[in-house]
Amino acid sequence: MKVNNEARVEFPGLSANEGFARSIAACFAAQLDPTLEELGDLKTAVSEAVTNCIVHAYPNEAGRVSLRLRILEGDVLEVRIRDWGTGILDVERAREPLFTTGGEERSGMGFSIMECFMDSLRVRSAPGKGTVVTMRKRISGKAGR
Amino acid sequence: MNITGSCVNGILTLRFAGELDHHFAREALAALTERIDAFLPRVCVLDLRELTFMDSSGIALILRAEREMRTLRGKLILENVPEQPLRVLRAAGLQQMAEIRQ
Ligand SMILES: Nc1ncnc2c1ncn2[C@@H]1O[C@H](COP(=O)(O)OP(=O)(O)OP(=O)(O)O)[C@@H](O)[C@H]1O
Ligand SMILES: [Mg+2]
Repeated sequence: MKVNNEARVEFPGLSANEGFARSIAACFAAQLDPTLEELGDLKTAVSEAVTNCIVHAYPNEAGRVSLRLRILEGDVLEVRIRDWGTGILDVERAREPLFTTGGEERSGMGFSIMECFMDSLRVRSAPGKGTVVTMRKRISGKAGR
Repeated sequence: MNITGSCVNGILTLRFAGELDHHFAREALAALTERIDAFLPRVCVLDLRELTFMDSSGIALILRAEREMRTLRGKLILENVPEQPLRVLRAAGLQQMAEIRQ
């Protein structure tokens, strides 16, 4: 798989960085000339994954979050979001719609939204070690490639 | 994120502007419940015209508003929902939970 471009950024899991991560992803994607809808989908998916790191992976501290963006062959944008926090005991279960360990403030729709808005979603996790979420989306762009 | 509101004849209208994510969710939730408690409206309208971004934190907020209005035997209406928030609502199957008026 050919990688045409790549960028990485790391930040502490502070909620102020949710907007920052969305913007970074959107800026990087700009070189594929995405439609507004594609941009909205990407920002939403990134927001979900980064919020999960902040809320679930590091409930008591602002731990390290890493965001890697890549452009793969065929105008495919790949986003990888990683944390070194609590990890997920049962990933299958966590990915089910409405499943949440977050209580009132959460709806348990994060993974479903990521799945719906991106072409693919891979979740790898180990309790106590952390979680890696990888998503890909082909950007057809304004020119409708 | 900015929320302004007014209540006329039992209809509470709350206007959301900016980006609604987890960072602003607590503040938004406080503003919402505070206004509903103060006015005990029959109808709560969330005017989302100027909401430029929303993720699942917004879903939780809307579900909460819906619950609050149910305890008042009132109803919740979402108005002027922009494209991105609408796609999130749809993905969460929320378009059946609340009336959407465009
Ligand atoms: N990075 C992570 N680290 C640890 N646990 C996670 C992580 N991401 C998700 N989870 C677990 O998976 C569950 C489901 O995540 P999902 O994003 O679908 O819903 P949520 O975050 O609970 O609610 P919402 O995203 O709708 O606000 C979470 O409640 C949490 O238990
Ligand atoms: Mg989530």
